Amino acid sequence: MTVEPALELDCRGLLCPRPVIELAKHLTDVPVGAVIAVVAEDPAAAHDIPAWCRMRSQEYVGTDTAADGVARYLVRRTSAGG
Amino acid sequence: MLLDNAREATAEALGVRSDEVSFTASGTHAVHLGVLGLLAGHARRGRRLLTSAVEHSAVLHAGVWHHGQGGSVDTLPVDVLGRLAPQTAARAVSWSDELAVVAVQSANHEVGTLQPVADIAEATGAPVFMDACASAGRLPLPEGWAAAAASAHKWGGPPGLGVLLVRKGTRWRNPFPADSMDQFPLDGENVPLALASAAALQAVVAERDEVNRRQSALVDRLRAGVARIPDTEVVGDPVDRLPHLVTFSFLYVDGEAIVTELDRRGFAVASGSACTASTLEPSHVLAAMGALTHGNVRVSLARDTTEDDVDRLLAALPEVVARIREDAGL
Repeated sequence: MTVEPALELDCRGLLCPRPVIELAKHLTDVPVGAVIAVVAEDPAAAHDIPAWCRMRSQEYVGTDTAADGVARYLVRRTSAGG
Repeated sequence: MLLDNAREATAEALGVRSDEVSFTASGTHAVHLGVLGLLAGHARRGRRLLTSAVEHSAVLHAGVWHHGQGGSVDTLPVDVLGRLAPQTAARAVSWSDELAVVAVQSANHEVGTLQPVADIAEATGAPVFMDACASAGRLPLPEGWAAAAASAHKWGGPPGLGVLLVRKGTRWRNPFPADSMDQFPLDGENVPLALASAAALQAVVAERDEVNRRQSALVDRLRAGVARIPDTEVVGDPVDRLPHLVTFSFLYVDGEAIVTELDRRGFAVASGSACTASTLEPSHVLAAMGALTHGNVRVSLARDTTEDDVDRLLAALPEVVARIREDAGL
């Protein structure tokens, strides 16, 4: 995937629901239309980040991996909310 | 004689023939015998097992065993309500000329959604194994299954007793080593437990119309009340569901924190969240539905749960959820 995030959140070592909380806290740090990335080892993040996007009307772009192989989840801010 | 009585009473309460009823050492064992016995009975025509993605772990473990024995196992996706569509199952069955056994539950044990078992059987033409542990006794069994399993303690019977149902004329073979070459009765059926189970089952069936109506209305009340809490997802089918069960997830809430806090206030609830599991893996049921897996609370109503109990829980939840979110810095 060739999406360049405007901001990457390092949530390595955080357990659910911390990665989703970090995402919600920092969504407004990026402009509408930009992508925010969450790097998280927590297995629940794979389900909860797409579910968060659905509930908060943000766009779930998909997943790739950080340089160290940890999963990275990409979210596009589509509205003021979060 | 006593065993025959237990078998007949169980058959009558479940709406099946008495020669279709066997007693096993647990619901889990009945599930394993049902799934693997159907596969063994059809082995010459194929060794494929298809299971819905939201089956109980007992079914999934039977699948792992089957795979270890050289068979194939595929998981079928469900919709957002947790339901397996008959056409999804039919498409999967038609992937191959090899016969497939389809495993689908009567109702989901975590979110309560009922499965269209009869429609799945008709659409696929496959022998269907039905895990009925979550609904047997509470609800009449759906049609369409070739083998089914139930668990006595789920209807208030003794632990350590499962019920295996095999439809007359079904190709079923004991998949495990057995003392007798005869398929039925199974070895070692436990007479006292079977009698206790049959008595409990009869009692539950006798009062279920009234209990189900009451519980279903209380679950409606819970679903509506919980949905008013911000950033909350009430999970599962709102109508076509088990009468006594409801599951919801609160965004940003730690599942362990909410279960602990509710317990402190006298409410015993369960959770499918990862932080409440020893594996740190979230519920595979919630994950397969695309539902939020954290902040999950599952409420099972007892037969004596009152409207007052439900209202006390509804009064406590907004405050408990708000405080946990506040502690998380939100």
